[in-house]
Amino acid sequence: MSTSTATRPAAPAEDGDPAGGGSPGGAARVGRAVLAVLSRSWLVVLVLVAWEAVTVAVDDHFFPPPSQIAVRMYELWFSGPASSAFLTQEALDHFVPGIGRLLLGWALAAVVGVVLGVALGRSELLHDLLDPLLQFFRAIPPPALLPVFLILFSIGPRMQLATIVFGIIWPILLNTMDGARSVDRLHLDTARVFGLSAPRRLVRIILPSAAPKIFAGLRISLAMALILMVISELVGATNGIGYLMQTAQFGFDYQAVWGAVIVLGVLGNVLNLLFTLVERQVLGWQHGARQLNS
Amino acid sequence: MLEIVKLGHVYGTGPTAHQAIADINLEVAQGELVSLVGPSGCGKSTLLRCVAGLIQPTEGEVRLDGTPISGVPDNLAVVFQDYSRSLYPWLSVRDNVALPLSRKGAGRAEAREASERALGEVGLAGAGEKYPWQLSGGMQQRVSIARALAYTPSLLLLDEPFGALDAQTREDLEDLVLRLRTEHTMTILLITHDIDESVYVGDRVVVLGRNPGHIVADLPVVLEGPREQISTRATPEFVALRAQVAQLVREQINS
Repeated sequence: MSTSTATRPAAPAEDGDPAGGGSPGGAARVGRAVLAVLSRSWLVVLVLVAWEAVTVAVDDHFFPPPSQIAVRMYELWFSGPASSAFLTQEALDHFVPGIGRLLLGWALAAVVGVVLGVALGRSELLHDLLDPLLQFFRAIPPPALLPVFLILFSIGPRMQLATIVFGIIWPILLNTMDGARSVDRLHLDTARVFGLSAPRRLVRIILPSAAPKIFAGLRISLAMALILMVISELVGATNGIGYLMQTAQFGFDYQAVWGAVIVLGVLGNVLNLLFTLVERQVLGWQHGARQLNS
Repeated sequence: MLEIVKLGHVYGTGPTAHQAIADINLEVAQGELVSLVGPSGCGKSTLLRCVAGLIQPTEGEVRLDGTPISGVPDNLAVVFQDYSRSLYPWLSVRDNVALPLSRKGAGRAEAREASERALGEVGLAGAGEKYPWQLSGGMQQRVSIARALAYTPSLLLLDEPFGALDAQTREDLEDLVLRLRTEHTMTILLITHDIDESVYVGDRVVVLGRNPGHIVADLPVVLEGPREQISTRATPEFVALRAQVAQLVREQINS
């Protein structure tokens, strides 16, 4: 985790190099990169050391020191064969299905949310008709619907998917709707003057124009998907990271409980990092345009 | 050839109805360049939107090459004043120019080629890979002009195209329009609030009045020799016509 955050500041430092004039040589550049990593990560190290010191001093079963957590994580999940990326069978059985449901749920929510959002954003009639309903559903805290989904789908992946999709679709839908409604009138006038067909207007004008807002919604939804993945696995699952966490808790294996928490934290960071990379690619034009305009 | 017959447009209905333009009659011959000049509130943009087929006028009609305009005609292009909003920031310059060409049945390679050619004509050869926001205002407006050219319209509408540009850039682009009209057979309608520009570029200057927008005068521009920014503007004919137009516009503002 600390390496992933540390590589980010290093890249801009290199980009900014030509502006600094000349090529100051490899040594200086490496030195600066190391400095950048240190300036970013020293607090993380400090917190870890403090955590270790306090937990060792307190010696409480519920709060094991990070070193023990790391060992337990290694034993349980990361001591597998190289052929399965060092993941143990338990890790494969629980991490993979859970993350799979998270990504599938997110993808489903993205497709349905964007399609509905564009329809509602471009049709005043649909918007007026459905907006009150949407506002009501959006206001329901997603976990409150767990009992309903348990009845509808019983324990299993369908129930977890339903929880994730229903819970996270709102930021995507509402942001897409907002983006599709607020397309610059001159963008649309220009498209009409030059005779772009409706499908081409949608793909070439409306979606790109709404893309910054759609991506903002997708980002929020991704974070929510992780939350709902865990919640749904705590309630209605036979596998998954949340399920692992719960069984560990029942077995008083608090090193594994904390381990699962750390896995979830890392997972959230990795997902966000990957999302940021994709977003930067897709919305490169927006960053560029904004930088020049400011 | 463009014919505007008894054109009028009312926005809204009932007590809040607003008559933007009324009884506008105008003929523009094939290949002619007519400047429309008038004070703000003279219905310039309403007139433009009617001609472009973006709104259906409530009275009268617009005919392009004999056909009444009901939707957006496929032989008409517009260069809008606000280039930064009219060009699409997520498309490269080349794609901005090529985007409308599929309507003309152009394939990918063909559209790309036409795009490069049009960019070359406006002095932007080699800028195709760039994004509009990486270019200066004047260059962005050149991209808009290239997009219109590549579309090969028979009628080109210029909607205050140089209003947002500095004086030097404006003169360059005025000369660009003058050059392009000799190389293409387009009818051009230039909407502007710049009186000098209306005279310098136009074959005719049509002065619009307000409340509602109507035609006040239709003056031929008779200037000898090719137009040149400094010498043309110094000729007595230019000065006299410019003063006449300015006087007419002033009267409209005060009335």
